Amino acid sequence: MIKTIQNTGLVLLLIGFGIFISLPFLGSFKITPEVFEELISANNIKSELFISKVKTTILNNEFSSAYSLSSEITTAIENANAQHLKNKEFKQKIWTNPESLSFSIIKKSGNGFIATNNTLLWWLTFGLAIIGALLYNIPKVITLGAKGIKNNGIFSHPSTNRGWIGWMVFIFLIVFYIVLYFKPAYIVNWTYLVDTTSKALSGNDASQWFLYGYLYTVVMFVMAVRMYIKYRHNNYQILRTTSVLFFQLVFAFLIPEIMVRFQLPWYDFKNAFPLDYDFFFSWNLKQLINTGTFGLFILVWGIALTIIIVPILTYFFGKRWYCSWVCGCGGLAETLGDPYRQLSNKSLKAWQLERWVVHSVLVFALLMTAITLYAFFAETKEVLFIKTQNIQDVYGFLIGSIFAGVIGTGFYPIFGNRVWCRFGCPLAAYLGIIQRFKSRFRITTNGGQCISCGNCSTYCEQGIDVRAYAQKGENIVRASCVGCGVCAAVCPRGVLKLENGPESGRINPTEVLLGNDIDLMNYVNKK
Amino acid sequence: MEEHIIIIGNGISGITCARHIRKNSNKRITVISGESPYFFSRTALMYVYMGHLKFEHTQPYEKWFWKKNKIELIHKYVTDINTNDNELIFEDKSTIRYDKLIIATGSKPNKFNWPGQNAKGVTGMYHKQDLDYIEKYAANSADCKRAVIVGGGLIGIELAEMLHSRNIPVTFLVREPSFWSNVLPKEESEMINREIREHHIDLRLNTNLKQINTDTSGKTNSITIAETSEQIVCNLVGLTTGVSPNINFIKNTNISTNKGILVNSFLETSVENIYAIGDCAELQNPTNNRKAIEAVWYTGRMMGETLAQTICGNKTAYKPGHWFNSAKFFNIEYQTYGWVSNQPKTHETHFYWEHETEKKCIRINYNKTTQEFIGINTLGIRMRHSFFEKILNEKKSVQYVLAHLADANFDPEFYTLYEKEIVAKFNKENSCTIQLKKKSWKRIFSKA
Ligand SMILES: Cc1cc2nc3c(=O)[nH]c(=O)nc-3n(C[C@H](O)[C@H](O)[C@H](O)COP(=O)(O)OP(=O)(O)OC[C@H]3O[C@@H](n4cnc5c(N)ncnc54)[C@H](O)[C@@H]3O)c2cc1C
Ligand code: SF4
Ligand code: SF4
Repeated sequence: MIKTIQNTGLVLLLIGFGIFISLPFLGSFKITPEVFEELISANNIKSELFISKVKTTILNNEFSSAYSLSSEITTAIENANAQHLKNKEFKQKIWTNPESLSFSIIKKSGNGFIATNNTLLWWLTFGLAIIGALLYNIPKVITLGAKGIKNNGIFSHPSTNRGWIGWMVFIFLIVFYIVLYFKPAYIVNWTYLVDTTSKALSGNDASQWFLYGYLYTVVMFVMAVRMYIKYRHNNYQILRTTSVLFFQLVFAFLIPEIMVRFQLPWYDFKNAFPLDYDFFFSWNLKQLINTGTFGLFILVWGIALTIIIVPILTYFFGKRWYCSWVCGCGGLAETLGDPYRQLSNKSLKAWQLERWVVHSVLVFALLMTAITLYAFFAETKEVLFIKTQNIQDVYGFLIGSIFAGVIGTGFYPIFGNRVWCRFGCPLAAYLGIIQRFKSRFRITTNGGQCISCGNCSTYCEQGIDVRAYAQKGENIVRASCVGCGVCAAVCPRGVLKLENGPESGRINPTEVLLGNDIDLMNYVNKK
Repeated sequence: MEEHIIIIGNGISGITCARHIRKNSNKRITVISGESPYFFSRTALMYVYMGHLKFEHTQPYEKWFWKKNKIELIHKYVTDINTNDNELIFEDKSTIRYDKLIIATGSKPNKFNWPGQNAKGVTGMYHKQDLDYIEKYAANSADCKRAVIVGGGLIGIELAEMLHSRNIPVTFLVREPSFWSNVLPKEESEMINREIREHHIDLRLNTNLKQINTDTSGKTNSITIAETSEQIVCNLVGLTTGVSPNINFIKNTNISTNKGILVNSFLETSVENIYAIGDCAELQNPTNNRKAIEAVWYTGRMMGETLAQTICGNKTAYKPGHWFNSAKFFNIEYQTYGWVSNQPKTHETHFYWEHETEKKCIRINYNKTTQEFIGINTLGIRMRHSFFEKILNEKKSVQYVLAHLADANFDPEFYTLYEKEIVAKFNKENSCTIQLKKKSWKRIFSKA
């Protein structure tokens, strides 16, 4: 009976997902002259070459997928631009990014079943998948048995042990992120599904970013249900999950969209610089300044968040207050990513690599910001012969898109759920330095109780070898610990406790564990 | 040439000793084990079968660790010791010379000469090889229709949990009238009985094994119960009726043994330059109510720490501090600090509190007349080791402990705490007015 419910859920989930996946390959698109005129003026396009090319070969033709139409448009843009460059007609060059231009044109050109049946299709994709996932997960209240740690079979299941399911999820996520960042026009059909919600919030049609935020939030909610069931004996996990859900829904999703409705800039109040790496980019500063009092408020808030609020809260609670209770990246990692936490690499080599990479990203982010700010105040576009735009583009591409998205989330099923937080996030690096050197947070080791079983290290998503400390009776004070509390939860001997306490005695190297009366001072004195 | 220290056994006692010798000296160290090339945590073997961990996760040190710390490893069984020439003989007849020898060979599962105990499908649960064996004979419920576990101790219940995780039906034969009732008081023991039964394990109390029956190919197909002669059809029999020191090959040498290798308080055996630690050692004069042989992780570790001092020139007697232990019975965590026996001794009395619905309880053992705190058991509640170490050192009263339960609690943050209820119950039963104190970091961190 229960098995049937779960299997039905799985089937619904797969059907919903299957329909979702097939959407980008379907549909019908036709650019009408009115839509085209509108977009030309909106994007300030002056390229006669491009306009005539579109008019003769693309306008009014039916295309049977966003993919084919998009390649026509981007080729037309590229050809036109090449010609203009050759003729030195810089005024006519199209400066808008071809992929975004293509997205906005196609978004307005869908005319078939998919573009017009948003609600029905929402139910066939999101609806089925959500219902399916819930039907699959909720019966676990019964199937998992009484509450407690339930990690049976994690290392024998193909989805959680880098088996074929894990690799399929990996491929899907990688392709998804690449398309999202670099070929948004391909997924226009997905954005239709959420147009209604987008209009209700911001008044605009859904962009690929709205779709992403929506999907992100939905996935977090569904996977949080799984989290609630799995850790229902553990209030720390329940509260923390509720907190990340709240911040995702309200701060990352609703407030920014509603602000747009009131002609205010899109801003996520909890997204602290340097994670929010473009906060000090000149376009953002200009936008904030031009927004008036509210923009200035955001400016002051953003700066205060990074230089006052973050360090103070980290002093009192450790970096966990952000990484495991507030942050959106952390939120996804702790919900969608929870089934993969055991895949993080615990070796010393990985730790060394982590320190180099994450601190380099922090330095990169700070340098880029310094140069950007200098350029902003000096009103120049170049610093030391480097165009600020170029640095920003490189950072945005390498760190913002590839690292945070493609690698950060795509590699969940392979390298564990916190690849970005551990190796890439500049804010985590900053929080980590505070946590390591000036904080009340630590994981206390319970005297001599550790039996070196390795559950804590295995389930640490940050790849911290928790056992290495616990078996020596030492507290765990590590820059990268995000305070998820799972090591303490899985420990079968009650050895670990996340605590905030006085700084003195927080780091406690031990010679001999509690429970053994060796008088070492005697020896030391003799030496 | 530096002195050559050889350690037989790469379990917690041998490895702890090796690590501490390395910390304090530059001696040549060789660790020998026939079981596995690298140290692993025996206590975690169950999690490998259950799929929580891979075997590699049970190894606390990466491979480079041994090279870096110049600890040489030999993966072979020792079959004899030539104490006159300071020489070990391996199974392949090769030899190696030592200057000092540390025997840390651990335990082996007990077998009580039951008919059929050597049949295919009968196993203990101690070595890594036992785990591989269980994996072979009881990979899933199709291969293994039922398993019978004989012996209601800590390893037996772990084996039951293991098999349960793969949906293999289990019959659990326990000689005592209640699970682990030679150690646990009635209420705790009964709570565990319930926990076992709620996991659909066929728990048979007051039940002994008569014999193991086999089919024509020598494979186990059933067992017979002594009391009722009932036959239970099964494919796997787990013998978990305790362990005893693994010292067969020592018996041929001139090292004195009884049940274990006899050692004095400096962990020295009867032969000069030979020492024994961990499960295989038997103390001639145990102190502090301790047993002569203590087959627990912590004892092995403490003996390893202590002996390393002696080896490095700081002759130190083995002086274990206050007793502590922990275990997990399915979902219920168990911790104990100090002494609590299953029945209060003459000068003792127990205070017991149990949660109305959940499987959580706490028992404090204290001196009837002086009110001195003697020990505590908790199920489902974590306690702070350092707190009780200090309480026991300072010989505090039960009233002090109850008033400071907030300092003692070690549950994760935001857990529901029952301290008020507990104190109220004690107050009512003893008509007193103990006030629960607020948690104080200052007290928690103040040194004893
Ligand atoms: C399933 C299980 C769960 C347990 N859980 C707990 C627990 O929760 N808490 C607790 O306190 N204790 C627990 N114990 C007990 C604890 O594991 C032991 O007390 C501890 O491992 C003993 O360590 P040791 O170093 O003395 O010996 P061992 O760990 O047994 O190591 C001895 C090693 O020496 C090797 N060896 C023996 N003879 C030879 C030879 N002739 N030549 C070469 N090598 C040889 C053995 O193969 C073995 O590898 C558990 C034990 C088991 C089996
Ligand atoms: S050390 Fe523990 S709390 Fe910190 S990140 Fe790892 S599992 Fe989470
Ligand atoms: S999970 Fe607990 S007992 Fe196991 S190694 Fe970690 S701290 Fe030690």
